Amino acid sequence: MIWLLQAFNGLSLGSILLMISLGLAFSFGLMNVINMAHGEFIMAGAYVAYLFQHSLAATLGGVDLGLWFILAIPAAFLITAALGILLEVSLIRFLYGRPLDTLLATWGVGLILQQTARSIFGAPNVQVSSPAWLSGALTVAPGLMLPYKRLFIIGLVLLCIGGIYVLLYRTSNGRRIRAAMQNRAIASTLGVATRQVDALTFGLGAGLAGVAGCALTLVGPIGPALGTYYIVDAFMVVVLGGVGRLPGTIAAALLIGIFNTLFELGTTATLGKVLVFLLIIAFLQWKPAGLAALRTR
Amino acid sequence: MATQRINIRTAILTWGPLLLLSLLLLLAPLLLSDFRLSMLAKFLTYAIVAVGLDLLWGYSGMLSLGQGLFFALGAYAMGMYLKLEASGSKLPDFMVWSGLDTLPLFWEPFRSPVVAILAAVIIPAVMAGMIGFLVFRSRIQGVYFSIITQALTMIVGLLFVGQQPYTGGTNGITNLSTIFGFALADHHTKVGLYLITVVVLALVYLTGRWIIGSRLGRLLVAMRDDENRVRFLGYNPVLLKTLVFALAGGMAGIAGALFIAQVGIISPSAMGVVLSIEMVVWVALGGRATLIGPIVGAILVNWAKSSLSEGFPNIWQYFLGALFVGVVLLFPDGLAGIVRQVGQSWRARSGARESVALPEPHP
Repeated sequence: MIWLLQAFNGLSLGSILLMISLGLAFSFGLMNVINMAHGEFIMAGAYVAYLFQHSLAATLGGVDLGLWFILAIPAAFLITAALGILLEVSLIRFLYGRPLDTLLATWGVGLILQQTARSIFGAPNVQVSSPAWLSGALTVAPGLMLPYKRLFIIGLVLLCIGGIYVLLYRTSNGRRIRAAMQNRAIASTLGVATRQVDALTFGLGAGLAGVAGCALTLVGPIGPALGTYYIVDAFMVVVLGGVGRLPGTIAAALLIGIFNTLFELGTTATLGKVLVFLLIIAFLQWKPAGLAALRTR
Repeated sequence: MATQRINIRTAILTWGPLLLLSLLLLLAPLLLSDFRLSMLAKFLTYAIVAVGLDLLWGYSGMLSLGQGLFFALGAYAMGMYLKLEASGSKLPDFMVWSGLDTLPLFWEPFRSPVVAILAAVIIPAVMAGMIGFLVFRSRIQGVYFSIITQALTMIVGLLFVGQQPYTGGTNGITNLSTIFGFALADHHTKVGLYLITVVVLALVYLTGRWIIGSRLGRLLVAMRDDENRVRFLGYNPVLLKTLVFALAGGMAGIAGALFIAQVGIISPSAMGVVLSIEMVVWVALGGRATLIGPIVGAILVNWAKSSLSEGFPNIWQYFLGALFVGVVLLFPDGLAGIVRQVGQSWRARSGARESVALPEPHP
């Protein structure tokens, strides 16, 4: 029973990882950009929830009713998406074709954003209290209780993935994104404004990280360095999943999440991470391009 | 006549800055207080790592975000010896606190200083070699390599925090007293260790220089520019890359061993992801693919760090962040690139006066 519960926790960890890694996978698959400041978008999203609780909760029926939290999620998306577009337009645009340089420059941006958060909100972690209707757990069977918070997170991620799927595969904007991802030069020749697509996609990825940050306030306290705990794992998801494929990223995120929590149960938290890392390296020996690589000619 | 002058000038341009730097470094013990000298020694150990990283990144195109890990492994290996020496016949203090009553078996060999020094080089080099071989074998390149080395660094760091009885946990290895019987706090020990550091840095630099001038060096640059072409020419990039990665790991290991002897502490926070990526900015600021640039970069950035964080701890983070962005965006060739440009325009002017066309300096 404990294994089932742990697998469920892994699923919820994996779904948060997924939401974070999607943005990374987009920016890497589409623009060949490694965005080390992605973790700071998570942090920004989390602080949006914090700000909403402190400024709006009182007027919107109190902390317990949670209307503020429902509003904070789209707000976090919009604010971090705007931040992302700003970063793309002001910096990343000038570094195309130099992935290692984007890694370094965005790391610098991340440092600046962290320090900014530290000077605005202070260095210590803060706690965001979650709405009352999210406390408690769903009893599936005796001894197997699924916390509502984690169910809510999984639901939120499903909603986002659904949205992304519709956007990518059912709209003309999505078709442009996929076209630019598969072959930028030809897409551009056929009239796709690839620069615009880049900025919007980057913003979309940043926005998803912001939503993930909101979701993380349900799990624990947040602080200026929140992003750094997730960014390395999220990059491993991208490496394992293969570049440019939604299904690969989804499978990799869930696998890493579940294996992490399962190994944690068998050993310790750190040994669990070591085992997951070794498994990833071993897997890459077998399939170097990851779970689902985009085949190009 | 003209060619002779050119030769002298080339010699001055290549070896001059180097001689100046060595002279300054050798005079430093006479000019600096013990505190400042230890600080400079710390920067020089960082410079040793930077030279290795430059061989990896500047010349071979592999951006490792794991040099901090190899640095720390070297420091831990040396630290184990120093800790045992400080504890005498007793068990190291952190083991007592964590409830061990006998020395773990893998600590035993580190009673010997020779084993410790060898281990400080060999363990990081072998670890880099093993990981490198697996990663390069599956043709993982570019940013994937960077990401994997970063993940490795994070994970080993976590592992060291978790194994308190064997590694000292979050505190790391500290409370050291003597090295080979000399007190670490003593002025003469400090000067001696400093001079050893300068000599090691010089040896590492010359090794790098020798590699770059050799056939191997040309292969590395060729691999950076087009790996497949090198492969099709019949070389094995996997072995070449593994070799350089192991070499840079070993250099970082020596640097770590020198670091702990002079700074007196190594903890998992010093092997972190953050230090490893800061090492990259030292190389980038100094100028990649010039061996002297990273040395200057490591000293400058760390000097700025200690003087800025003494006065304004908040500013440093902004400064470092801006440095990352600025170096990449505005000065991709770093300080060495600026110096080269100034030198070229100066030579172009004097060349025009003498109407002698000078050969391009080696890139």
